[in-house]
Amino acid sequence: MSQIDTLRPDKRPTLLQRWGRFWVRTVGDTGILGFGLRWGVLLLFAAYFFIPMLWLVLATSKSAPQLLELPPLAFGSFQRIQEAWQRIIEYQNGEVLQWAFNSIRYTAFGLALSLACCIPAGYILAIARFPGRRLLLWLTLITMLLPPSALVLPMFMELNLVHLINTPWSVILPAAFFPFGTYLTYIYYASSLPRDLLDAARVDGCSEVKLFRHIALPLATPLLGLLAFINFNTNWNNFFGPYVFLNDDRLFNLPVGLQQFVAATSALRPGFNPSPGVMVGYQQAEIAVFGLLMIVPVAIVFLIAQRYVVGGAFTGSIKG
Amino acid sequence: MTNQMASLPLPPLTNKPRTSRLSRWRRHGVSYLFVLPYFLVMLAFGLGPGLYALLLSFADFSTGLPKYFGAGFSNYLAVFKEFRFTFTFANIGKFLAISVPLGIAMVIILAILLQMRPGRLTTALRTLYFISGAVTGPILVLVVIFMLDPSISPFQALLKGMGFKLTNDVIYPGSLPIIFTLMGFFAGAGMWIAIQYGALEAISTEVLEAATMDGCNAWQKVLHIKLPLIRPYIIYQFILIFAGNVQLFVEPQILGGGNNLGVGGNVPTVWSPNQLAYNFAFEMGNFGATSALSLILLVIGLGAAYLIIRWTGFFKIED
Repeated sequence: MSQIDTLRPDKRPTLLQRWGRFWVRTVGDTGILGFGLRWGVLLLFAAYFFIPMLWLVLATSKSAPQLLELPPLAFGSFQRIQEAWQRIIEYQNGEVLQWAFNSIRYTAFGLALSLACCIPAGYILAIARFPGRRLLLWLTLITMLLPPSALVLPMFMELNLVHLINTPWSVILPAAFFPFGTYLTYIYYASSLPRDLLDAARVDGCSEVKLFRHIALPLATPLLGLLAFINFNTNWNNFFGPYVFLNDDRLFNLPVGLQQFVAATSALRPGFNPSPGVMVGYQQAEIAVFGLLMIVPVAIVFLIAQRYVVGGAFTGSIKG
Repeated sequence: MTNQMASLPLPPLTNKPRTSRLSRWRRHGVSYLFVLPYFLVMLAFGLGPGLYALLLSFADFSTGLPKYFGAGFSNYLAVFKEFRFTFTFANIGKFLAISVPLGIAMVIILAILLQMRPGRLTTALRTLYFISGAVTGPILVLVVIFMLDPSISPFQALLKGMGFKLTNDVIYPGSLPIIFTLMGFFAGAGMWIAIQYGALEAISTEVLEAATMDGCNAWQKVLHIKLPLIRPYIIYQFILIFAGNVQLFVEPQILGGGNNLGVGGNVPTVWSPNQLAYNFAFEMGNFGATSALSLILLVIGLGAAYLIIRWTGFFKIED
């Protein structure tokens, strides 16, 4: 067989060759033991992450007895899903929809406010030098590494002082402070905005505000994607803040509402004798429907946003 | 500007500071305008609560209304003397000792295994790990309760094999640090895997190719090249996870909260220090002690933040 023959594309590779290529592609230089170990671990964790989610989706279709009798990953009936949905909608005259509306409202306002504050700040910290700049950057770094839950109780005292407790503002306003956003914006512009471009525009008589609006902002799309994702996620799942700041249940968001729903109904333990005052007739499927109501929007955002996270905007913010 | 100035007669000496301050103000005015909204929210919701808590931690609340500086250090003493103080800090200590090293090790291992030989299947798996981050907060706690209930759990074979028959056999005080670790890993690992994956992708291919030429196999490359190069991100993850986990609140609060969760009796109502701080305020009405304890937790978090910035010096502040 000549050299040319083996290179001809229309000649099918032998079984052995195909196996060889498959081997190199999949096992490569990890070794056969390493190959098995690698996929063993990866698939084990796939089960860890996937099975609970799958179970939750299937649980919407099962009644309480079916949950016990059917295999855990079996499907119940579509009718049960519809019933569970109906019960959730009818709970306290549609209170769940009110909570969903609150969640959307708090998340949207929080997102808008935080981006409006952190993007101009991060931009100017990157391109201008002014007294107080280093101090502001340091404070940003320190507060950004502080978990938000560290400030919830002190913030309760503060909001109480200005009589904002139990108003939507007690949830929306604190969300406006987003130091991580400012820091990422700062890094983004400091490393990717050509200073010459700005100088040229200034020579042409462009004002600082116009510069920001017409040059800097249009360049920031990937940054906006990442910031919106992080902020949406934090605000949508915010529990500690609303749990402490709100006591009127009409103002709850979905996470606090879910906690209230589970505490007030028999949904988690339908078979047990409930304590007095607990609403009976609710089953686990209702919790699953409620949960999916919270999870699905986030899951969609996660799917869209993954590339921004892997894309290295995070890692760009640290000296490698 | 300076050249022009040189050709002009010198202005009177007394005017000099005023004009330069004015011109500096004019020069920086726009910059301050840009940072003003951010600065205000930082004052109100970043620095403000911390400072106000500091003030309140020295205030006396025995009459219901704060008497500023009326308490001296008694609020701090009350926190330290509280019988649940050692209990909650021992709990959080156990939780940190398990969750931080285990969480980081597993995240790094999974990120490395995924990124080692990327393909369509590994991308799908990474997305799967990532998306589970959408299940968090109260719903995560409920899902975990279901997962640990031997009668309905999809892992029931495993649970029954380990000799568990009831939820209460699985969820009891001794197992709580592990259960909170499982919860935290489920919700948080995917995001960190994606971040570390990004860090591994950023390693230059030239270095890796050179190692292959020198006869390094895949595992040697991990040990001698990849791990040392992503060290800064591992430290970053360590500090953020540590600072976050110290503040544990939602999971024990929900797990120990309701009588009808079926596990209420087995989970103490106050398990973590943050719950104790909450309890001081809303059960005992002692906001001074809440402030004091919140500040202690804040200082622990700040200490971690300060360490990460100073000690590793890897956050960029350019001049």
